[in-house]
Amino acid sequence: MNFSFDPLLLAIATPLAVATAILLGLPKRFSIKLAYVGFGVPALVALWCWANFPADSGANYVFFHRYSTGLDSVGITLALGLNGVALPMFVLAGVVGLAAGLYAIQSNAERLKLYLMLLLVMQGGLMGVFASVDIFFFYFFHELALIPTFIMVGMWGGRDRSYAAMKMTIYLTAGAMLSLLGLIAIYVKSGSNGQTFDLIALRQALAADPIRVSTQKNIFGLLLFGFGILVSLWPFHTWAPLGYGAAPSSAAMLHAGVLKKFGLYGLIQVALPLLPEGARDWARVLAYLALGNVLIVGLVAVAQRDLKQMLGYSSVMHMGYAFLGIACFSTVGVGGVVLLMVAHGLSVALLFLLATSIHQRTHTLDMTEMGGLAQKTPVLAAFFVAATFAAIGLPGFANFWGELTIFVALWHYSAWMTAAAVAGVVISAIYGLRSVAAVFFGPSTEALNKVVAAHPVSDLTWREKVPALLLLAVLLFVGFWPKSLSTPLNSTLVASFHQLDAPRLASGR
Amino acid sequence: MSTELLQQAAASNQWLAITPELMLGLIALLLLVLELILPKGRHAVIPAVAIVCQAGIAAALAFSFNSAPVTTTVVFNGLLRITPDGQFLRLFFLVCSMLVCLLGTVCLPRQRMPKVEFYHLVLVITAAMMLLAQSNHFVLLFVALETVTVGFYILVSYFRESPLSLEAGLKYLVMGALSSALLLFGIVLLYGVAGNQALPSASADSMNFDHLRDFLAANPGNFLASVGVVLVLAGVAFKIGAVPFQIWIPDVYQGAPTPVTAFLAVASKAAGFAVLLLLTQRVFAPYQSLVVPVLGVMAGATILFGNLAALTQHNVKRLIGLSGVSHAGYLMIGVIAAYREPQAVGAVWFYLSAYLLASFAVFGVMAHVAGRNDADQELEHYANLVREQPFLGAVLAIGLGSLAGIPPLAGFMGKLLIFVGAFKAGLYPLLIVAICGVVVSIYYYFGWIRAAFFPSGLPAEADASAANGAVPARTPVGGWFRVALFALAVGSVLLGFYPGGFGQWLLSR
Repeated sequence: MNFSFDPLLLAIATPLAVATAILLGLPKRFSIKLAYVGFGVPALVALWCWANFPADSGANYVFFHRYSTGLDSVGITLALGLNGVALPMFVLAGVVGLAAGLYAIQSNAERLKLYLMLLLVMQGGLMGVFASVDIFFFYFFHELALIPTFIMVGMWGGRDRSYAAMKMTIYLTAGAMLSLLGLIAIYVKSGSNGQTFDLIALRQALAADPIRVSTQKNIFGLLLFGFGILVSLWPFHTWAPLGYGAAPSSAAMLHAGVLKKFGLYGLIQVALPLLPEGARDWARVLAYLALGNVLIVGLVAVAQRDLKQMLGYSSVMHMGYAFLGIACFSTVGVGGVVLLMVAHGLSVALLFLLATSIHQRTHTLDMTEMGGLAQKTPVLAAFFVAATFAAIGLPGFANFWGELTIFVALWHYSAWMTAAAVAGVVISAIYGLRSVAAVFFGPSTEALNKVVAAHPVSDLTWREKVPALLLLAVLLFVGFWPKSLSTPLNSTLVASFHQLDAPRLASGR
Repeated sequence: MSTELLQQAAASNQWLAITPELMLGLIALLLLVLELILPKGRHAVIPAVAIVCQAGIAAALAFSFNSAPVTTTVVFNGLLRITPDGQFLRLFFLVCSMLVCLLGTVCLPRQRMPKVEFYHLVLVITAAMMLLAQSNHFVLLFVALETVTVGFYILVSYFRESPLSLEAGLKYLVMGALSSALLLFGIVLLYGVAGNQALPSASADSMNFDHLRDFLAANPGNFLASVGVVLVLAGVAFKIGAVPFQIWIPDVYQGAPTPVTAFLAVASKAAGFAVLLLLTQRVFAPYQSLVVPVLGVMAGATILFGNLAALTQHNVKRLIGLSGVSHAGYLMIGVIAAYREPQAVGAVWFYLSAYLLASFAVFGVMAHVAGRNDADQELEHYANLVREQPFLGAVLAIGLGSLAGIPPLAGFMGKLLIFVGAFKAGLYPLLIVAICGVVVSIYYYFGWIRAAFFPSGLPAEADASAANGAVPARTPVGGWFRVALFALAVGSVLLGFYPGGFGQWLLSR
């Protein structure tokens, strides 16, 4: 075993170690101090990896390490590494994790120690998901991060928490089980000489000896719907708005921002390269369902009065763009999806953070009972407007690049779908701007006046500003300099996704 | 007693092969002697003696195991067959028995009952189970099985002041007698047909597994033998609680004292599977085309029945009994898969180990939450458990999570290995049933966790019921019990992601 310095293991182990320490009964004061370390180290490691990532990594994994866990005989090892696709997600997980952690520490939630502990477990799992090269551990870390979500929704959630937690649990378990079945299928079919869960070995084995096309179709179907449920693909999305509406802010930030991307990431990193024929076959179905996400769920979002529900639906809607990018099956499209995942993760985390801050001031999430908040809380208003613009996809924010590249790729796939998808941007502008108007501008409603009279409103405190600033800064940085992420991304996609862009799709079949 | 006989025995050295069983029998007698000679005030030391002595045997077994690998040997004229699997099961049953004794120290003092006989019976049953798992002859198999069953008749109705316990005892007696009759009838048919000198490969000692196997291989599709095989399987299915022989489970599990329920749920079930594997892997291997469909239909029905029936339960003992039925179904998938994939045997052992750790963790918590009326353990009694006894809450969550098969816990690895085996063996319909079962099971396991963890929406009502004394007072956790529960929880976590040498050993045989 190799004991050299492994930044990725450090990023995974630190939050888990801190969580264990808290579980074993650390006093509250130290728990909070240590929690800063638990959230800070992964973020720093992620940024360090970003800074030191070679531009031409190609298909190779950087920072690669392998550890045995006693399951070598069934082809399971803990293999950690980053490639150009994993790096952006790893950075996303680190940054959103730090922001969610800081917001949680200042939130003064009831039973704060337990809350922080669960959040740290989630953070450790998230870092592990995107650092894993072994698909067993990829799945494993996802579940590790998922369990605390259920508990946090159930214990600290808002309205309907018990129902929301139960619904989320059942939906997500169903999705996880389907995708597990798909992953086992890949493992079992991965060749006669020793099955393995190792992604590198799988790629080599399946490049030399691909799975039969009919089998590929079946397996991809399992993965598509399994991962699809996890990413809230229409019509399996109903858990998401409900869950996010009820979830405590930090859990919603981490789940909607990062953990949900697991399914998309799995499709890109596992399903597309290993099952190209299956993906080709399912692309059309996926595209139609994704349009359902964009148009139908988009319109549903317009109809929402509850701010968090609206954000939940909007997050479901944006997943539609990501699915469209995957459906068009090209390097450009997949690259766009990765950029969009990062951008969406940052912006939706920011929006959930701000929505909770708004809720604390207005004591309601009903947008018809707010209004004119901008005069009382100008900084909060500025942040919210910026986050909304980012979510709509205005240039200058990272989201713009993600959506733009997806539209470019989609144009090659199907022109009318592109038109429909672009119409979706208008929908998102409608509900986004309407929510800004309803919450911050116009005359303040009577209901709000009553609340304000009872609880004087103050602007964002510094402890709320810091995590918001962190998210906004990264969002703008990627928006103005997307090359920092797109260069390694492109290098990996070109080198390892050569099945994409095969002669085919310009006609859209 | 003539010394010649002793010398002969020593020379043939065969008694050494069953040293652990002999030791257990001696300890069982020692406990009765201790009760006679110790003053009444010191009787509390008796369970401690039982546990410590068993720990000694377990340590000696594990040590001898480590120093010299077990080679398969047949002793006592083909009655017993010492195998590595048998060694594993010996240890397994010893651990079960120690934990049952430990549970007894919590549950028994609440009743006015003779106590020592309980430990005596547990030890005798354990010794019989060990012999059962290593039997190589239907005579030994039947005698050992009857010793186990008769012991359980007494244990199930041990709380003789409770009508439910007596009812459970009667039900178990009737059902057990029926199953013994079926088994015996099957054995007799096999014995008769295999002893028929007119048929090829007939044997004078046709109850010997090796002889019977040869006979079955030489006479494929013999009608009488087929009936015998099905009847023997039916008799074993009673023990593991597979559909359609699961009828007794809910009532017996509810009425039996909690330690006995645990003993039934884990050790008795494991013994059933040990026998099932012995039979299917060796004796009935030639009749695969008959055994696989029979077991396959049973496994599917068992999973569905167990999970669906558990959905509506409010009594936790019934709930865990019915969930145990579904676990029997998953294990049966492993048994069927083992026909084509010998590695699946390791998966079954792994699953049983995970099931042992998780079940005893849950039963340990149940023993502390239960009041004087042992049969009355409702989900509502778990309200606010995590607030009042966070340690028990955490152990319960880990145990239930592992039973539900949630990573990173051991139950997940068990299910994964079983599914992998089933996939390799091509049991797709059963896999689909199993996945559905897992998703359904989340509902009731989660409901239990919800009862213990999530703040109830109706605090006033909960307080009222507490004031009425509906919720029994919880027993504080003693020092040794705390250590044991902690070990079980840690074991459940560790086995989940770092099975290490243990996993390696289990899977590589």
